[in-house]
Amino acid sequence: MSIILTAVVILLILALIFGALLGYAAIRFRVEGDPIVEQINALLPQTQCGQCGHPGCKPYAEGIANGEPINKCPPGGETTIQALADLLDVEALPLDGEHGEEKPRTVAFIREAECIGCTKCIQACPVDAILGAAKHMHTVIVDECTGCDLCVEPCPVDCIDMLPIAVTPQNWGWDFPRPAHQLIATDAQRGAA
Amino acid sequence: MTAQPRIWDIPGGIHPPQNKHQSTARGLEQMPLPARLVLPLLQHIGNRAVPVVQIGERVLKGQLIAEANGPLSCPVHAPTSGIVRAIEPAPYPHASGLAELAIILESDGQDEWTELRPLLDYRDEQPLNLLDRIRAAGISGLGGAGFPTAVKLASRPDHHIDTLIINGTECEPYITADDMTMRHRAPQIVAGIEVLMHILKPDQVLIGIEDNKPEAIAAMREAVGERPMQVVVIPTKYPSGGEKQLIQILTGKEVPSGGLPADIGILCQNVGTALAVHDAVLLGRPLISRITTLTGAALERPTNVEALIGTPIADLLAFAGLRQNRLYRLVMGGPMMGFTLLDSSAPIIKTSNCLLAGTIEELPPPPPALPCIRCGLCAEACPAELLPQQLHWFAIGKDYEQLQRQNLFDCIECGACAYVCPSSIPLVQYFRAGKAEIRGIELQQSRAEHSRQRFEQRQERLEREAEQRELERQARAEKAARAKAAREAQAAQQQTEQSEQATEPKPAEPDLARIQSRKVTTLSAEQKQLKIAAATARMALQRAQKQLAANPDNADLQAQIPTLEQAFTQAQQAFDAQMSDQEKQ
Repeated sequence: MSIILTAVVILLILALIFGALLGYAAIRFRVEGDPIVEQINALLPQTQCGQCGHPGCKPYAEGIANGEPINKCPPGGETTIQALADLLDVEALPLDGEHGEEKPRTVAFIREAECIGCTKCIQACPVDAILGAAKHMHTVIVDECTGCDLCVEPCPVDCIDMLPIAVTPQNWGWDFPRPAHQLIATDAQRGAA
Repeated sequence: MTAQPRIWDIPGGIHPPQNKHQSTARGLEQMPLPARLVLPLLQHIGNRAVPVVQIGERVLKGQLIAEANGPLSCPVHAPTSGIVRAIEPAPYPHASGLAELAIILESDGQDEWTELRPLLDYRDEQPLNLLDRIRAAGISGLGGAGFPTAVKLASRPDHHIDTLIINGTECEPYITADDMTMRHRAPQIVAGIEVLMHILKPDQVLIGIEDNKPEAIAAMREAVGERPMQVVVIPTKYPSGGEKQLIQILTGKEVPSGGLPADIGILCQNVGTALAVHDAVLLGRPLISRITTLTGAALERPTNVEALIGTPIADLLAFAGLRQNRLYRLVMGGPMMGFTLLDSSAPIIKTSNCLLAGTIEELPPPPPALPCIRCGLCAEACPAELLPQQLHWFAIGKDYEQLQRQNLFDCIECGACAYVCPSSIPLVQYFRAGKAEIRGIELQQSRAEHSRQRFEQRQERLEREAEQRELERQARAEKAARAKAAREAQAAQQQTEQSEQATEPKPAEPDLARIQSRKVTTLSAEQKQLKIAAATARMALQRAQKQLAANPDNADLQAQIPTLEQAFTQAQQAFDAQMSDQEKQ
């Protein structure tokens, strides 16, 4: 009888010691925030466009961390889906058409002559890329614009266009050569450097 | 002259046919003044220059027409006198074939110089002032890349430059512009090097020239004389003229991956750049012309010309006798690293060292690429000791991470690998495309990070504003509650006072309380109107008094004052009466 009692007491003491140890470790080595959310957020394009149904990229990153599908981000497109699939070790799905299609990046342009200075687009812009004041003309800071589209809908006079980014010698880049089997000898020079 | 110093070898390299003799037979010719010049605002690496002239303005030769935009930029000067006809996108010598903003200058044929400020005693000047002069002269590397020279000279202010290397290698086939520059401008080049030496104070100066240019070597040796610089003759091999390769040949040191030559105390400048530095400092002339090779079998008389920057390529080709029916492909630069020009109305710019008008026999279309057979010839030819076959493999798979791990960015795009490839794979194009993609991705990532910060800051600001509003609302609510309580207490006190001592005269304290309570009393519509009327009358009175003080002789004003005074007194009395009525109630 006393053996059983001793064993129970010893186990109880051990349980208390390890419990205290674990409890201390949980406080001492506490991880701030959820690092997986940060990692997912770093892969998202940060356009803050809300096409995924969340009010910004961070909330969608939190959603993905909680098991939402990874194919809801049209601005990121296939590249982002692939990167997320690699990070989370899940299958890369094709982009969900419900949330929009992958389009080349654009920037907002305000036709300034038509702007009435209502400030509605300024309030809609998620990255403060529109400058202006009430009853004064507004304009877009092109370098800050993420091309999210959110300013277009609130404009009461429809004076905002989404323009594709122009290709200049400065941002132009070489294309990969076309694969050899797509070339016939007579137009090979067009595919070569 | 000292003995030939030790030289080293570079890994890899190839020996393509030279084809240099065609363009050296006629010496250095002067290009006649063109009727129209196209001056792109981006002739260098960095920011586009900003025009400082108006359309229709007459400018003089050497006058500043576009100023540098930021530290990494280069100004543009008028190469001849004439009228600015337009500032618009114009054909531009670039692999993309895209147009670039340019100043179009119509020559007036007078070639009239602006006032120049030569600096003969530059040795008394501070190096910084000389750098400013080089910057203001719009000099960017004339060897090909077009990096602003002043920036390069000052790139590592904390590092001492112990070796200055002057690049006269010119290893690419067909090109002879540097050869001709050294043959015909050797004393000026040496004077330019002396200016660079005054700025950098190097321990040694090495002038590297390939052994296929005996005339240039002789001319340079003669010009150098007893000066503390050495002409080093190196064996002919492509691509010895690459900056990193020449440094390795002359000093045996390797520039670290991703680093600059200045990190190991070396600076490299092209002979053409040294000539431009001479012109800028000793003659006061900005960079408005350069020596360019016109060559290729489609030209009747291949030659070298000193041409104004902005001269249309079509003019240069006509000067060299272009046979249009034989022209198959027009290349700017050499056959190894040059790019095909689609439009011959584009001009030559500061970096244009060669125009190659090739026939179909000279530049035959490459045969279709065959699969890689892993022969390894490309790895043997690579001067940067990379593995082109691996890079090719990862480029096909678009595995950018692996490409970077295989040091894609150390590739100098010399084309040696594609030259030796038995399967005719356009390797360099794969590498250029891979670099462009990686740069694009990196740019996107940095932009995304920037947007994320802005978004988060905006969210924080909105939260802060909402909190602030909430606090203000609470404060207002509290204040209203306090006022209400005070009013009620006041009313209660008055009631007790009235009931206790109805006849006793009011002491000072209740007076104060009355005023305080009046402040918080909500006024009825009628009272408000009276108050406003009183305030308006007071304002009118004050304004009239002020005007009167300014011009006391005005009789009209003098007459107005009593009327206004009366109006104010009446309004105020009416309001006071109303207020006291309310309090009595």
